[in-house]
Amino acid sequence: MPVKSLKKYVGVPRDVVANFHGKQVVYVSWDQHLLFAAPLMLCLPPQTTFRELVDGPLAALIAPDPDAAAVDWSTVQWLKANQPWVPDFDRSLADNGIVHKDQLRLSTPGLNSLRPAA
Amino acid sequence: MDMKTEKKTLNLKERYRLLTRDLGWEPSYRSADEVFPYVKYEGIKVHDWGKWEDPFRLTMDAYWKYQAEKERKFYAIVDAHAQNNGHLNITDARYLSALKLFLQAISPGEYAAGKGFARVGREFPGVGTQVACQMQALDEIRHAQTQIHALSNYNKYYDGFHAFADARDRIWYTSVARSFFDDAMSAGPFEFMIAIGFSFEYVLTNLLFVPFMSGAAYNGDMATVTFGFSAQSDEARHMTLGLECIKFMLEQDPDNLPIVQGWIDKWFWRGFRVLGLVSTMMDYMLPKRVMSWREAWEIYGVENGGALFRDLARYGVRPPKGWDDAEKAIDHMSHQIMLGLYQWSFGTSFHSWIPSDDDMEWLAKKYPTTFDKYYRPRWNHIKKLAAAGTPFKNFGLAKLCQCCQLPVVFTEPDDPTLLCNRETVYEGEKYHFCSDGCQQVFENEPEKYVQAWLPMPQLFQMFDGDVAAWMDWVSLRDGHDNGDYDGSRDQQNFQQWRGLATSNQ
Repeated sequence: MPVKSLKKYVGVPRDVVANFHGKQVVYVSWDQHLLFAAPLMLCLPPQTTFRELVDGPLAALIAPDPDAAAVDWSTVQWLKANQPWVPDFDRSLADNGIVHKDQLRLSTPGLNSLRPAA
Repeated sequence: MDMKTEKKTLNLKERYRLLTRDLGWEPSYRSADEVFPYVKYEGIKVHDWGKWEDPFRLTMDAYWKYQAEKERKFYAIVDAHAQNNGHLNITDARYLSALKLFLQAISPGEYAAGKGFARVGREFPGVGTQVACQMQALDEIRHAQTQIHALSNYNKYYDGFHAFADARDRIWYTSVARSFFDDAMSAGPFEFMIAIGFSFEYVLTNLLFVPFMSGAAYNGDMATVTFGFSAQSDEARHMTLGLECIKFMLEQDPDNLPIVQGWIDKWFWRGFRVLGLVSTMMDYMLPKRVMSWREAWEIYGVENGGALFRDLARYGVRPPKGWDDAEKAIDHMSHQIMLGLYQWSFGTSFHSWIPSDDDMEWLAKKYPTTFDKYYRPRWNHIKKLAAAGTPFKNFGLAKLCQCCQLPVVFTEPDDPTLLCNRETVYEGEKYHFCSDGCQQVFENEPEKYVQAWLPMPQLFQMFDGDVAAWMDWVSLRDGHDNGDYDGSRDQQNFQQWRGLATSNQ
């Protein structure tokens, strides 16, 4: 619905990709791993390869989780915008179709040390 | 010789009539629509402004007299607090985190409410409405001032109080409360009244003030208790104004019902999210706790709120849409937020800590179905990391909700093991939310919320992710104001000074 107003009301989006100095935002979260209170926010150039994202900031950020060392990245299941999705690790974020503010979710069935037992 | 004469003074009711009778004139050289341009565009139909009852009928001279009396008492006690080393009489310096959060996030809200009521007092045509809104505007400014004065004494001794205004404007967690008030202040006058006068003052205020002020009393903070008493008599008036306003809208025209219901749904949910911070203050930050957030919700939410909505049912109003989701969140939210505050404590201008074994026992008792199952394992792991000399800091900045601006820390209403991820695309841009409630608020007015100033994206836009530069900008002194309470300067000072006061060492 439009905003009710006396004059024409135009909202200017504040977080468009042009405001991020050549980088883009990518959100990543690890399903069932709630040691990390919220999805992680990364800000990277779109030319970054997916492997660089995983081996660099993502691996460092998830290291405090007791399951982190056991993650086999070749079997990780991914969701992008809540839909199943398969990344190409050697291609860039842009070539993988990861747009600004995309949310990626990884899941590692069987790995869940801190998850409550049923 | 004394003569008995006719009494010249008027009683309060007569004075109020004389005070207001000449305010409601008919404009002659400008139309009423030009004088009051903002009362129609929201779609609320009003046929008779005279039907607005001001149940307090307080005149200005009476108002000044009451408030001046309260101020005298308040400042006498604040002075006594300062002279008697009140800063050492609190149970434990961990208590100060609750105060810092309150001062940075909630007191500025009082000031915002003051501005808002001053504005709507001008925008509403009804005389009773104008007077009541003006008085509430003055009250709100007084509350902001007295809170700041009450807490200023702590600023002499402890970290994290010195730059509350910068924190209010710039730091990340305060944007939760700030965006709530900004949203209300940029709405029309009727929506503002539902947002602040009804949802905040009537439905939610008890959940904010009663446990908080009792918390102050339980933890030896007499300055804050005194503020609470001083504000309490005003709150009764504010609640009445909020309720009067909603009944007035509903009685004036049946077409107003769907608009009012939409606002109730929106502002209940927005208010509930702001209270998420309060739930954490109650369950984790008070060294001596009054009651759990769950217990407060039972009394002030379920019982009082339930009674209110049963009363309003005769107008066709139903309880807010998000009520069931709120109920499902009660046993989880304080834990989810505190886990977040702890891991991001490098960026907070207050301290957080790992709950002690005693604290965890208390939490397990108060949250028998959730704490041991979901949250204790995480705290235990965090405790292990700290013991190993690698305390857990989550340097991955958080995804924020486009509407409430909290980090997306909440789980699915029916699955506490899965984060609730909601997103939408509006005009080619992606937006993320913490809940269905927040997504619905956005989708009702996307043009408004696409402009949201979200602190985490700003950290990258303004400082390219440089956290040290951001700390300077928000006036956060790294190593003093932030981080774990354990080992902090507040902890050391409190122990040392209290030791000096109570022992011969």
